[in-house]
Amino acid sequence: MERKTKIQAEDGKQELLITREFDLPLELLFKAYVESGIVEQWMGTKVLKLESKKHGSWQFETTDPKGNKHGFNGTIHEFVPNEKITRTFEMDNAPFGVQLEFLEFEKLDADTSKLTMHVVYRSVAIRDQILQLPFAQGINMAHNRIQEILSQN
Amino acid sequence: MNLRRDVFQAIADPTRRAILLLVASQSMTAGAIASNFDTARPTVSKHLQILTECELLEQEQNGREISYHLNAKKMKEVADFIEPFRKMWDDRFNKLEAVMKQHKTR
Repeated sequence: MERKTKIQAEDGKQELLITREFDLPLELLFKAYVESGIVEQWMGTKVLKLESKKHGSWQFETTDPKGNKHGFNGTIHEFVPNEKITRTFEMDNAPFGVQLEFLEFEKLDADTSKLTMHVVYRSVAIRDQILQLPFAQGINMAHNRIQEILSQN
Repeated sequence: MNLRRDVFQAIADPTRRAILLLVASQSMTAGAIASNFDTARPTVSKHLQILTECELLEQEQNGREISYHLNAKKMKEVADFIEPFRKMWDDRFNKLEAVMKQHKTR
């Protein structure tokens, strides 16, 4: 499988770059970020509010397998259809604070497009923590599996 | 080569992985780490020593106490710790692509 999604995270910087090329026309890619019903489908989240316009705000809520609800919210600073969205992102009840996201949408040809997400965190330490989260969760899951197997014997 | 093998042996142990998980989000003192385990304190100290020796953990003098935090650079080297983060976004974007392809044909 080709690695379509790329992460650039230089040491000692409080930002990262996520890039991805899509087999989708630019308009369809952009639409995936604008319409609540579509966002719900691919993000696997409930969209409580999504005002896709300058000075609009957004609010999502996910439910984990244990039934706990997790909220996310932010405001939209810049909204240019088929071109860019500048917004903030904040996880409720998390120690990470707000992050600033610059989303740029680019047409490659009639059927393909590219998304560049430039994310800026409050500090290098926070960026590194967020990068490590899925890794830590992976370790945790592996650990739980080992415990399950051991407790069966 | 020897060091790398030691690093993989270090993360092969479930208690040591659990320690890495604990300090992934914040640096912690040996006492705070030990309080998360039923294992005897010297056993936890031994695990901390192994993790520090192979540079997965870094020590930091904090007044009278020593606290430990994850050495992100080393983790990247041995386990490519960014890969799960990349995978998470890749899965998410794959879903987006699939949803929008469906949307197009409708």
